[in-house]
Amino acid sequence: MSSAEPTRRDFLYIATGTVAALGGVAALVPLVAQMNPDASTVAAGAPIEVDLSPIADGQAIKVFWRGKPIYISHRTQKEIEEARSVNVATLPDPQTDQARVKQGHDQWLVVIGICTHLGCIPIAHQGDYDGFFCPCHGSQYDTSGRIRSGPAPLNLAIPPYEFVSDSKIRIG
Amino acid sequence: MSGHTPHNAHGLRAWPYNLKSDDGAPYEAPAYAPQNPVLRWFEARLPVVGLLYSAAVSYPTPRNLNYWWTFGGILSFMLGVQIITGIVLVMHYTPNVDLAFISVENLMRDVNYGWLLRYVHANGASMFFLAVYIHMFRGMYYGSYKEPREILWILGVIIYLLMMATGFMGYVLPWGQMSFWAATVITNLFSAIPIVGEPIVTWLWGGYSVGNPTLQRFFSLHYLLPFVIAGVVVLHIWALHVVGQNNPAGVEPKTAKDTVPFTPYATVKDLFFMAAFCVVFAWFVFYIPNYLGHPDNYIPANPGVTPAHIVPEWYYLPFYAILRSIPNKLAGVVALFGSILILAFLPWLDSSKVKSATYRPLFRQFFWIFVATCILLGWLGSKPAEGGYVIASRILTAWYFIHFLIVLPLLGRLETPKPLPNSISEAVLKKKGVVAALVAVAVGTAALFGGAPSAQAAETPKPPAQKWSFAGPFGTFDRGQLQRGFKVYREVCQNCHSLTYLSFRNLSEAGGPGFTPAQVDAIAAEYKVPDAPNESGEVGERAARPADRFPPRFPNEQAARAANGGAYPPDLSVIAKARGYERGFPLFLFDIITQYQEAGPDYIVAVLTGYSDPPAGFKLPSPSTFYNEYFPGHAIGMPAPLSNGQVEYTDGSPTTVEQYAKDVAAFLMWAAEPHLEARKRIGFQVLIFLIVLSGLLYFTKKKVWHQIEKPRELAHGQDPRATSM
Repeated sequence: MSSAEPTRRDFLYIATGTVAALGGVAALVPLVAQMNPDASTVAAGAPIEVDLSPIADGQAIKVFWRGKPIYISHRTQKEIEEARSVNVATLPDPQTDQARVKQGHDQWLVVIGICTHLGCIPIAHQGDYDGFFCPCHGSQYDTSGRIRSGPAPLNLAIPPYEFVSDSKIRIG
Repeated sequence: MSGHTPHNAHGLRAWPYNLKSDDGAPYEAPAYAPQNPVLRWFEARLPVVGLLYSAAVSYPTPRNLNYWWTFGGILSFMLGVQIITGIVLVMHYTPNVDLAFISVENLMRDVNYGWLLRYVHANGASMFFLAVYIHMFRGMYYGSYKEPREILWILGVIIYLLMMATGFMGYVLPWGQMSFWAATVITNLFSAIPIVGEPIVTWLWGGYSVGNPTLQRFFSLHYLLPFVIAGVVVLHIWALHVVGQNNPAGVEPKTAKDTVPFTPYATVKDLFFMAAFCVVFAWFVFYIPNYLGHPDNYIPANPGVTPAHIVPEWYYLPFYAILRSIPNKLAGVVALFGSILILAFLPWLDSSKVKSATYRPLFRQFFWIFVATCILLGWLGSKPAEGGYVIASRILTAWYFIHFLIVLPLLGRLETPKPLPNSISEAVLKKKGVVAALVAVAVGTAALFGGAPSAQAAETPKPPAQKWSFAGPFGTFDRGQLQRGFKVYREVCQNCHSLTYLSFRNLSEAGGPGFTPAQVDAIAAEYKVPDAPNESGEVGERAARPADRFPPRFPNEQAARAANGGAYPPDLSVIAKARGYERGFPLFLFDIITQYQEAGPDYIVAVLTGYSDPPAGFKLPSPSTFYNEYFPGHAIGMPAPLSNGQVEYTDGSPTTVEQYAKDVAAFLMWAAEPHLEARKRIGFQVLIFLIVLSGLLYFTKKKVWHQIEKPRELAHGQDPRATSM
């Protein structure tokens, strides 16, 4: 056997290197995947049901879903009117109040209580717009959870939820 | 050994041996000389690439190194594997006495590939020690500790000591029974120190017994020490590159022709053997991941009960045997530490100037006797400290020290070595001799093991081996059997036992009993779990959901005991891995090949079907115990739980105690190892991959080494490195 001609030798080297590289990449899969949420976290992220009946008119409660605070605000007629009387076109993130609540359940505002600026938790029933005020950097949201002033770019997000009955919602 | 001592730009002696070129001038390995101006600019400011080049590319290695020399590279690889998997495990582990065990179980069950990462880390420790022992014995056989490699050797002993400390503290972290009692026993070694012993032990514990402070400091140190090891490994490699590698001939390379550049020659050889080593590693990880562990460590730590037979991990067994062989506490501890520290003095205990055992016929025999002594001490360390075992341990412990303190100093003076070759090129390797000796040791050891008495076997019979669908490399669970087993659990076992590490959702997850999500919803709803406190702070109950864990049967151990005649029904979540039985020699060796991992379920079936009236002459210790043939000690607190026809089966399976026992044992095996199917499936893929990679690397190695190993086949003048052999 003579010393290998370059192409054959190169093929062996390339094949070996390729297989080794593939193995290296495959070995990274578990190392990366282990940092994703584990099975119990995923399972615990299943939908939750919240009974609305104890929430008085004008009261807002905070529940947790997937580790996020969810504000459920039982709005007064005045708050609803405030939210609906504003000229939507002038808002930083234009959206009607109707688009942010479930039809027929206009008194219930359900929002993720995380400021869209940098993730702090705004305080309910505070600020110039009677909605939410973020103590971190001064963002102000109105009674519909829409951004009105301050550095936050977007309205408070609405979590996926539905009314199971008139007094019960399922979030998630 | 005199004259020119070349230094390169880094102040390091980048080439060892005082090699000569063909013309007699000092040989200088090629230096890194980048052509690219950017690389040149960088190199002039930080010559790190040049350092690596000198250390790992142009560094001359003896051309006659055999495969035993690849274990240094394998050890570096294993250190890397342990550090990487360890860092990942820490992301999921909780160093707290109440949470450590469950956090490991959560890792095994819920974290993506958590089972794989933990099994790689746990078996990686064993592979690390296997490699280090081969590496050390190689050094002893070829005299690699002798001048000028004394510091290199001592650094190796320090690494080994650090490895032992790290491995021990790592074993404590899962906080199982063996973890806890290993921590207790090993820390108590220091209580043997006169006067200050007790305060030292209290200081080590951070309390008056092994407890949470102990666990937390062990965790901290277990994370720290691997990086210390890595640092000493750098010194070890530095020292190696100063003095150069020893070689099977034991004569130093004289000219450049005696060496080959590290890359590609040593690199590709190391890589090939590393891949082959990984085949063995993967076999353990994927097929017999608990073979090297101990079932007791799947029982959560219990400071009130010591397991009947505590043993350290296999890699400490010889030293454990030495410790136990000496009836005096202080002397035993001194012997234990002495047996390790004596290694550091080896360069001065061995009086022979000849390095390689190849040229020391007498030493070679004593070397293999010493290897056999270590293996036998290891076996004795796993046996109870009683009777003949103790006597054998004493003889072998004595020999261990005689070997170092009498044989090695005398041998160099008494022995007539064979004539040494003038150079490496002249040396002819006798690999056959090594293999023959290895076989001899294996056979001799086997004969000794076979002849040893097995005192326990006579007392408790071995559970009969059942046929399991999940055994072997392609094993899978029988869904119907798991569903039947769950039914038996629900209708019978659950009256006293719990399954608290399992969640209801597991029942519908891949590789399990295969219930539908709707069925799981219904099953979960039958259980009550504590609800969140209401506005007035009262904690009510609600129906369980799939994400919930199985609630405990009793609120606490006292309640469980009160309801069960004083006996504590153990949680069954990992019971199939927490029980087993002594396989005995030679079965335990065959188990590596046959992948026998079903000692747990076999034992469960044996106990569930092993009830009978006590034989004549056997007196049960109390009326609340029952005779069981397979339960250690035969007096079990659990009354026979199963009877024929007790649980209704809808699939036509026989409703017999035997069938119930098998079904529930299979179910419990799944409960203990829910990712068993994925493990075996991925294992097969990994093994195929590693075999292909090993094959490719083997041929690459052949190709690379072709001109070195078969120089005569080259035309004259084609290869400047070809030598006349």
